[in-house]
Order: sequence, then structure tokens, then C-alpha cells
Amino acid sequence: MADEDTQNPRTGGENSSAERAESGLEPWGSEPARVVAGHERRGMFGVSGSGDTSGYGGLRLPAYTPPPAERPYGGWFDDFADEFYAALGENGIPAEAVLQVTVDRGEITFYVDRDHLVAMCRVLRDDEGLRFEMCSSVSGVDYGEDVPQRLHSVYHLLSMTYRRRIRLEVTMDVDDPHVPSIVEVYPTADWHEREAYDMFGIVYDGHPALTRILMPDDWEGHPQRKDYPLGGIPVEYKGAEIPPPETRRSYS
Amino acid sequence: MTTSDHIADVSTGTDTTPEGSDSAPYAEPRETTEGPVYTVSGGDWDDVLTDASHDERMVINMGPQHPSTHGVLRLVLEMEGETVTQLRSVIGYLHTGIEKNCEYRTWTQGVTFVTRMDYLSPLFNEMGYCLAVEKLLELEVPRRAQLLRVLLMEINRIGSHFVYIATGGMELGATTAMTLGFREREEVLHLLEHLTGLRMNHAFIRPGGLAQDMPDDFVEKVTEFCKVMDERLPLYDKLFTGQPIWRNRLKGVGYLPLDACLALGITGPVLRSAGVAWDLRKTDPYSCYDEFDFEVPTSTDADCWARYLLRVEEMRQSLRIIRQVLEKLEPGPVMVEDRKVAWPAQLSVSSDGMGNSLDHVRKIMGQSMESLIHHFKLVTEGFRVPPGQVYSTVESPRGELGFHLVSDGGTRPMRVHVREPSFVNLQSMPAMSEGGLVADVIAAVASIDPVMGGVDR
Repeated sequence: MADEDTQNPRTGGENSSAERAESGLEPWGSEPARVVAGHERRGMFGVSGSGDTSGYGGLRLPAYTPPPAERPYGGWFDDFADEFYAALGENGIPAEAVLQVTVDRGEITFYVDRDHLVAMCRVLRDDEGLRFEMCSSVSGVDYGEDVPQRLHSVYHLLSMTYRRRIRLEVTMDVDDPHVPSIVEVYPTADWHEREAYDMFGIVYDGHPALTRILMPDDWEGHPQRKDYPLGGIPVEYKGAEIPPPETRRSYS
Repeated sequence: MTTSDHIADVSTGTDTTPEGSDSAPYAEPRETTEGPVYTVSGGDWDDVLTDASHDERMVINMGPQHPSTHGVLRLVLEMEGETVTQLRSVIGYLHTGIEKNCEYRTWTQGVTFVTRMDYLSPLFNEMGYCLAVEKLLELEVPRRAQLLRVLLMEINRIGSHFVYIATGGMELGATTAMTLGFREREEVLHLLEHLTGLRMNHAFIRPGGLAQDMPDDFVEKVTEFCKVMDERLPLYDKLFTGQPIWRNRLKGVGYLPLDACLALGITGPVLRSAGVAWDLRKTDPYSCYDEFDFEVPTSTDADCWARYLLRVEEMRQSLRIIRQVLEKLEPGPVMVEDRKVAWPAQLSVSSDGMGNSLDHVRKIMGQSMESLIHHFKLVTEGFRVPPGQVYSTVESPRGELGFHLVSDGGTRPMRVHVREPSFVNLQSMPAMSEGGLVADVIAAVASIDPVMGGVDR
């Protein structure tokens, strides 16, 4: 962070009241995790435990990392993971290609290295013990401006044979928003990837025709990025002026 | 004179160059006092036609304002005569930024946005969104709310399939289908209005349960509706299933086999018409669907005709489910007990519309200041959702409707992504139509039954 930020700290940013240690605030994680998924909003009016609802505590935005899962994952996850890693080994994909595994709310997420994504999808689709025939959805996520690896490309795969769903997630920097396209493995990803490109500027290398799909072709910017304004105009209602949603007071 | 001067050459590929261009038959301008005057003398029209006939390739834009493209869908067709050689769909004409807007509202307010996406099945949008929020919160919704949600969704499914028959029929020239389908849909909308207060955009299913309980006479109204539908559904068999024109327009048209469906991610009736009994109500039951006795109709014809038959059969199955819901219903809460999520008031309907119940207003204004504070905070600020992400699905009339929600622990979603079945299914248009006739393109679009509000969001 530059010097001027010391003078005028941004809400929840470095040197803001949220970062001062006295009231038991958590700073950014001391150990850099491999996968960071944005901030976790705490404090302000949502303080839990202390009964303080005044909001004077300030908003705290500590880094949030989805907790890595440890064996046993529970349910079918262990069987599946064994099968998955074995299939990766057979096809010459290093196990390090999976950066982290997270099991949360009954869903399993594999954070994977983008260099091995396409090969991994092919294994997931073709291996007899895995059989993820369908790619349900590809979505982009932007975790906020000052988050490392802020852009995520999230793949939801469905195995109709075994009735399982898994999630693959690739993280990338906003300066290098490249990820290989999985259209050759799952043709359905075509429009999904175009949408994620349109909305987040994620460049899917190898996509047959990566063009805008929802916005006009000559549109500038990628509307669903967090630094892209929502826009809107103030509206008069019964004599009062209602500001656009973006500029209304936010409680968190 | 260069070739590009022949406008006809540029736009249609017609060869209009005169043989031996030095002896141009075109009129020379003749200068007069009024300016140059051209005398037009054409060649023989037969010659022009003969020249043109060697290349009949045409690129035609169909839509976005075409009455047969099922909304603001634009199809770019490359045709040779009547045969479509290439087809590309262009979407985005109804993009409203609902996903982004949801990031600026509380989790509860998000319902009013998502209900507007696929406007023919609003309750499915609400249900999918609420299921995802409840999964994030790790909430269990009361049984009565789950059953009532099933009731509402199945009524909505019937209404949506009627619009499929109505608009699909209209696009194929069967205007009786339109009048009949919309007449029946009106019954559905009347019933939904009675149950939820609104014909469309209900915002009735909320995170944690339902906005309010059903009106007192809802059992009679729903039973009456089922009776009417029992009478009306056979009409469709009489009017369409046995009708040669309808059958010939649909049979063998828009063929999409199973492997293509899987590759293209197609779900819903289109996938079931290819032979897989893949219905999330059966394969991944949510909201008590595993307790109901119903069939998932399938076919192996994989054409528009099969999709029509499946949808009619699905309406019958929905009626079965609705009847079973009425038997299973028991009194109970329709919202979770957790007051940190459930809105504090049981809303009530009075002469000036729906609002907070008078008892509740009396209590917060007169007796309990804490209740007032709590009410105010919950409504303006919203509840917090622990950080994490989920993907949750429901079987909408068009296929798998998935919601990928990401929370950062705040009172607003970090990201709402909707996996819209219409959006995904529309990708199959080239596979269904290329090589066929242009009239069959219409039948194929109608058989997917895309809703552009859902496609573009």
C-alpha cells in the first residue's frame, strides 16, 4: 500500500480502524495461504458475541481462505478422491495440480492449477470410475479489488452415472486473466465461457470464438467485476430523492 | 467502373457485369439544364435470373423482433433455398444485469430480482435461490413450507407448459393452440394470484420458508383447479395429439440424440426426450420430493413431437403431485423459527394490500422497543450469511436451474450466478436445425421453449 493510504485509510483497508489491534481485530492472515477467496465481512453492526450493536467497531475485512479439508472428508468424497487421484496418476497428471481441497456444506471443491485443467477435465469425463458426463455450469467470480488472485473460474461438473457433483476452481490474477478453455472436452462450456469473458474479462485460451455474448460487441469493460460501477440514477418518489442503489448506505 | 460499383454484386453475389464491359449498356448521363439525366435501360431480366441462380446462398437475420423466435432471440441463418446450412443464435437483447444487481441488495431482496429472470416459472427461480441461501445458512425449512413450495412449483410448472403449447403452437401457425393455452394459463395465474397475491413475480418463497401462509380457502381453490385441469387436459390430446398437421410438423424435427444432449449440457424435457429419465426431483430430491409418487415420462424419439408429448404428460404428473400435497399438508409454521432470519411479522392481507399484521405493528410501536429495533435492522440491513459458496439446483420446467452463490459473510451476496436451462439449451439450436428446412427451425426453437428473460438475465 502506498503512503497516502496511511493518511486516508480506506474503510476496512490497511491502517483503518479495523486494522488496529486494540479491540481484538484480526489482520490479514499471517501465513499466506495458497488459495485466498476474498474478504470475510465482520464487525460493524454484525458483531457477534459482545452484544455491541452500535457499529462503532468499524467494518473488518480479514482475508478469508476456504479451510482446506483433511481426510477423511466423509460421505462419498473419500472414495471419489481416491479414484480421482489414481486416475490423475494413470494419466500422468501430477497430484500437485490439485492445490487445495475444500469440503464445505456438503460440497467438495478442488482448487486446481490452470495448466492441468483441460487434461483433468478429460480424465474426469472419461475415466470409468469418475464419469462426469456433464458440465453443469461455468461461472466467473471476482473476489474484490485488493485480493490476490481475485478472479476465479468455477466449474460445476455432474456425474449422472454416480449422481455426484464436484466443483473445480481456478484462480488467476487480474493482470493475467488467462485460463485454458474446456470447450474441447465439454462443448456446453462454449456459452458459459463467453459469458464469463463478457462479464469478468477472463480469457479462455483455445475457445473457438471468444466474443461478448450478453453485452454489445463494442462494450468497454467487464460489467460484473467489482470495480465496475452498478450505475443508476436518483429517483424521486413522493417528494424524496432515492439515490441509486450503489450510493445508498450499506450496513456491511 | 469497378466491380464494387455494382451494388447487386456486393449484396447478393449476383453477377451483373455486362459481357464485354466496354460496350456498357448502361445509360450515360446526359447533361441538361436541370442537371445530369439518366435514361435507364435494363438488360433482359431472364439473363439476370440465370446469372443469379448459380449461387443461392443467403444470410438471413431472423429476429430479434420476429414473432416466431420465442422472444427477443435473433437467429442468423445461412440458407441455400429453403435449407439452413448454418445457424447462429445471438442473444443478449434482454440482458438486465440481475446477477450484478443482486450484489447490491440483501439476501432477502435478491428474491424479488431472481423471480423476474425466467418470467414463466418465477417460483422455480425463487425456489432455487432460496434453496441455495438456505444451504449457505445450513437451515432446515419447516415441513409445511416445503410442501407448500412443492404445491406452488407444480402449479407453476403446469402454467409454464401451457405457455409452451400456446406460443409453440402460435409459432407453427396453430392459433387455436394459443387461445387454448393462454386460457388455461389464465386459470393458473388466477390461482397463483389467490395463493401468493401476485400473478407473476411473486417473491413469495423467501429464504427460510414462505412470505406468509396460504389463505383459508386455498384447499378448495386448488381442488377446483385440479378438477378444471382434469377436464381440460384431454382437450389437448383431442386437438393436437391426433392431429396430422401438428404431428407432421413436429415428428422427426429437431432431432437431438442423447450423446449430443450430454455434450451440450441439455437438461429438462429435451434430455428426457432422448431417453434418460433425468429429473432432479427424482435423482436429487429436494423439498420432500422423495415422498411423492409420480412418474418421469421419457421417450427415445428425441424429436419435437416427443417433447410435446412429454410436456403434456408432465402436466398430468404435476396434477398428481398437487393432489398428494393437499393430502400431506398439516398445520404448522411456514417460516423457520430462527428470528435472525425470519422476518418478524406474519404478513397479513387487508383492504389496502399486503402488509405487516396489525398485532405486530401494535407490539413494536407500543410495547417492545427491542422488537422494533430488531425488525428495523432485519429489514433494512438483512441477515448475515457465513462465508463460502454453494451450488444448488432445482428441476424447472425447462431443465436444471442452478444457483451458484458466493457469500463473504455480509448481508449481501458476493456473487449470484444462475445456470439457466434456457441459456444452456439454446446452444443446441445449430445441432437441431442445420441441414433442415427453415420452417423446422421454428419448431426446434419452440421445442426447447427458451425464455429470453432467463437466457439473458
